[in-house]
Amino acid sequence: MVEKRLSTKTQVILTLIFILVMALLLWWADKGFDSYKQRVLRLIGIYAIMAVSLNLINGITGIFSLGHAGFILVGAYTAAILTLTPAEKEMSYLFGIQPWIKNLHADFFTATLAGGAVAAFSAFLIGWPVLRLSGDYLAIASLGFAEIVRIWANNALTVTNGPLGLKAIPEYSTTWWIYGWLLFTVVFIASLVYSSYGRALKAIREDRIAAEAMGINVFKHQLMSFVVGAFFAGVSGSLYAHWLTTIDPRITTMGPMLTFYILIMIVLGGLGSITGSLIGAAVFAILFEWLRDLEQPFSFFGIQVPGIPGMRILVISALFIAVMIFWQRGIMGREELTWNNLYKWFFGRKKEGERS
Amino acid sequence: MSEDRVKQLEEKVAELEVEVNKPILILDHVTMQFGGLIAVNDFHNKVIKGELLGLIGPNGAGKTTVFNVITGIYYPTKGRIIFDDIDITPFRPYQITHLGIARTFQNIRLFYDLTVLDNVLVAQHHELSNPDADRILIRNGKPPKNTKRFWFWRAVTKLGYISKEREMVERAKDLIERVGLSHVMYEKASALPYGEQRKLEIARALATKPKLLLLDEPAAGMNPKESEDLMEFIRKVRDDFNVTILLIEHDMKVVMGVCERIIVMDYGKIIAEGTPEEIQNNPRVIEAYLGKEWENV
Repeated sequence: MVEKRLSTKTQVILTLIFILVMALLLWWADKGFDSYKQRVLRLIGIYAIMAVSLNLINGITGIFSLGHAGFILVGAYTAAILTLTPAEKEMSYLFGIQPWIKNLHADFFTATLAGGAVAAFSAFLIGWPVLRLSGDYLAIASLGFAEIVRIWANNALTVTNGPLGLKAIPEYSTTWWIYGWLLFTVVFIASLVYSSYGRALKAIREDRIAAEAMGINVFKHQLMSFVVGAFFAGVSGSLYAHWLTTIDPRITTMGPMLTFYILIMIVLGGLGSITGSLIGAAVFAILFEWLRDLEQPFSFFGIQVPGIPGMRILVISALFIAVMIFWQRGIMGREELTWNNLYKWFFGRKKEGERS
Repeated sequence: MSEDRVKQLEEKVAELEVEVNKPILILDHVTMQFGGLIAVNDFHNKVIKGELLGLIGPNGAGKTTVFNVITGIYYPTKGRIIFDDIDITPFRPYQITHLGIARTFQNIRLFYDLTVLDNVLVAQHHELSNPDADRILIRNGKPPKNTKRFWFWRAVTKLGYISKEREMVERAKDLIERVGLSHVMYEKASALPYGEQRKLEIARALATKPKLLLLDEPAAGMNPKESEDLMEFIRKVRDDFNVTILLIEHDMKVVMGVCERIIVMDYGKIIAEGTPEEIQNNPRVIEAYLGKEWENV
């Protein structure tokens, strides 16, 4: 019995062609789009990194973590502190600054890596006690972690500049940086997920007792997944900071709201599907920007609707409820959009009930 | 033949006999207590290499608890467990699996959303990722199962990994073929009928390359014909894969046909031990299963 599939060589060539086409499209978009559309395009890339990394933790490993914004915040602050020059920092820190923080300076790439590394390290520290919990308890504990980090950032005046936040961060996040990092994230996580380690993580998601009985060190693997996910969250945080150019520890910038946005993306795309996360991030980012018009006064079938701030969140929530009712496992479910699956859908349709 | 030579040969035979009758697992006065409930009470017995041993008893006799103690899910209140000359009492379940004990569950616990092939592949993962369990093996003078390191980075970068993956897939496919599941290789485990799920669970346990296989009520929920087939399958597994099997069974009839030696438990204690014939005629066993009224019939 042979499954209908493409050879590895064909798949690799198709993937390379796909990446090339995407790069060309991005190049075209980068040149042709106005600055608003460019910013949305970049936001899609950043959201995609956040979604793919949270998907590794929540969708693949089945750890219900709500602490993603915490890692993003850690990465964002680390990177922003590194890319601001000592003179700029002296200007914006009104309450004084720790001298060692003032003198830290690095280029954007190093800063992003450092952001990822610090986020990964904090995931290691927090994962050690928290991953002994499971289910709802873990969700609450990780949410607690994210809040602690945010409130710490709000109060550690000489390190993070407190509620004033960091301003005038250079806008280093170009389309190329963001999509380069996105490519690296997807390749890294897909490579991990479609290896023996990924199978072990999925096994833990399915049944942790059976996974442990099959010789998998459940705690170590969960911690590994948590740390890898947090690393890319930190990276996305750095990109986000250099996209926003201003970061502060308010709930709406990098607080629980951001975690829930990412959660919506991955559930919309399909928990456990990397391509689903990418689609979910794109759909969410585009909808979120497009629905901005709803917050202006508009007329709906002749009815005048005044501008209501927060209207788009209402509409997105309603849409989300509809998706969850009719499409419970999200757009992709746990399937991936691979060349093989495309090939199967177009050419290799099996008859219903037939076993290959 | 000289007398010396005869003596030499006799010694050799005795040595071999010891080797043949060598216990692979020793439960040394194991007691497991949950608060006021003594689930397993002073369990003292052994499993001989290569045998097919049955552990039977009425509901709630403590059979599954014995399994959970052996596989490290519970830490026994008293006593030690020695497997293959290593005291495994303090180890965690994944370490014990790495050392060579695999198990199935009473209520099937497959990775339902994974394919049959992936289910079996997962069971080979421990060879890459258990350096601490390998250290236990080395400490006890046994060869480790994995000699290379940094498998995580190999898996991510694919450097020096692809050949290992190919070997794992090949081994898994071979195993699936041997247990007769190759027609459902790429189906999700949840799509399998009950009997095949049972088989897959046994196959998955075999993929960890165990020396001792623990089967927890493999025939539960099966009709007589199915359970007879399954027992045939279990016997075949023992011979083909060269493993020792310890089998829990609730239904006496099923176990009589397949096991060479049977231990009967009731209220956490061993009440009888012997060949199927001996067990069948043991009054204490009959009493445990049918109650005292049996005498009055």
